Amino acid sequence: MAQLSALLLPLALLGVSLAAVARRQDAYSALLAGAGEGLRTLARMLPALLVLLPVVQMLQASGAAERLCKLLQPLARALGIPAETLPILLVRPLSGSAALAVGADLMATHGPDSPIGRTAAVMLGSTETTFYTVSVYFGAAGVRRTRYAVPAALLADLTGFVSAALFTRIFFPS
Amino acid sequence: MAMSWILVGMLLLSLASALLGGQPEALSQAALDGAQRAVQLGLSLAGPICLWSAVGETMQRAGLSESLARLLAPALRRLFPEAWRDRRTAGYLSANVTANLLGLGNAATPMGIQAARRMAGRQTAASDELCRLVVLNTASIQLLPTTVAALRAGLGAAAPFDILPAVWLSSGSALTVGLAACRLLERWRS
Repeated sequence: MAQLSALLLPLALLGVSLAAVARRQDAYSALLAGAGEGLRTLARMLPALLVLLPVVQMLQASGAAERLCKLLQPLARALGIPAETLPILLVRPLSGSAALAVGADLMATHGPDSPIGRTAAVMLGSTETTFYTVSVYFGAAGVRRTRYAVPAALLADLTGFVSAALFTRIFFPS
Repeated sequence: MAMSWILVGMLLLSLASALLGGQPEALSQAALDGAQRAVQLGLSLAGPICLWSAVGETMQRAGLSESLARLLAPALRRLFPEAWRDRRTAGYLSANVTANLLGLGNAATPMGIQAARRMAGRQTAASDELCRLVVLNTASIQLLPTTVAALRAGLGAAAPFDILPAVWLSSGSALTVGLAACRLLERWRS
């Protein structure tokens, strides 16, 4: 299993290239297009990192982060999530790039394989930028009365956050 | 706008806290350090993000999307019986869901918007099926969360994809709760 996981990227590259060639698709230009798409993802994320990380660093240097964490500890405990990941809950429904920035910061600070880093990654992987999605879809469709879509979507998000912490604890007991 | 208020709140909070704690001079250094870290983090993530997104794009061009769409058709027909009657709407719906599953958010949104437009027609109130489509898209159903895995790889995770089962189960729970909430709230008219 560890062997497979170590070879995952080369195997994935080989696998998709072979599959594309078998379909008579230009694998090389598909890879190039995808890499370009990756650069665009990065370009969207980098400004958010550049604005948010200084502010996060300031929160930590001033001692506010520690106080806030202590203050919100009961809420985090009630939800069963690490208090450090609460900022993700706050920004995730509003901005995807901000959530990625906050998550990347948590993973870098606590380590990607720490419980906090893993929980952050699973949270990012299992929730969406809800308010953005709702406004884009309903805006494009010309729908003004959104009925129960927003509460239902937010409830789904909350479930995603809580179960991200839960399943991280189950799969990676520390 | 909401992000701006959060940002203002965070700035006020750190200023007030630094003044109370008596270490205001540490703040400017912290801000500069943060910007420095942002650049380093961005650089260390560039490689994995680009490489994995190349894999994702090639996978899609190799026809994985169509095979997935065929697999998903029965489930989608039951979720969107009304919309499924229109062939083009059905096509957009399955393209939207498969792109989401493959972690290609940029491809998913345009398809989803086309589906939403055709489903809404001239109505100004969301139908139950349209609400379901939006909830489906906000619950992030991903088989391969490539961006997050690339983040993990860039930061030196031992096995970047070992979070997959946890991601599947928690987005599955989110989707289940979201769709169940839709069912319960269907009587909500205003």
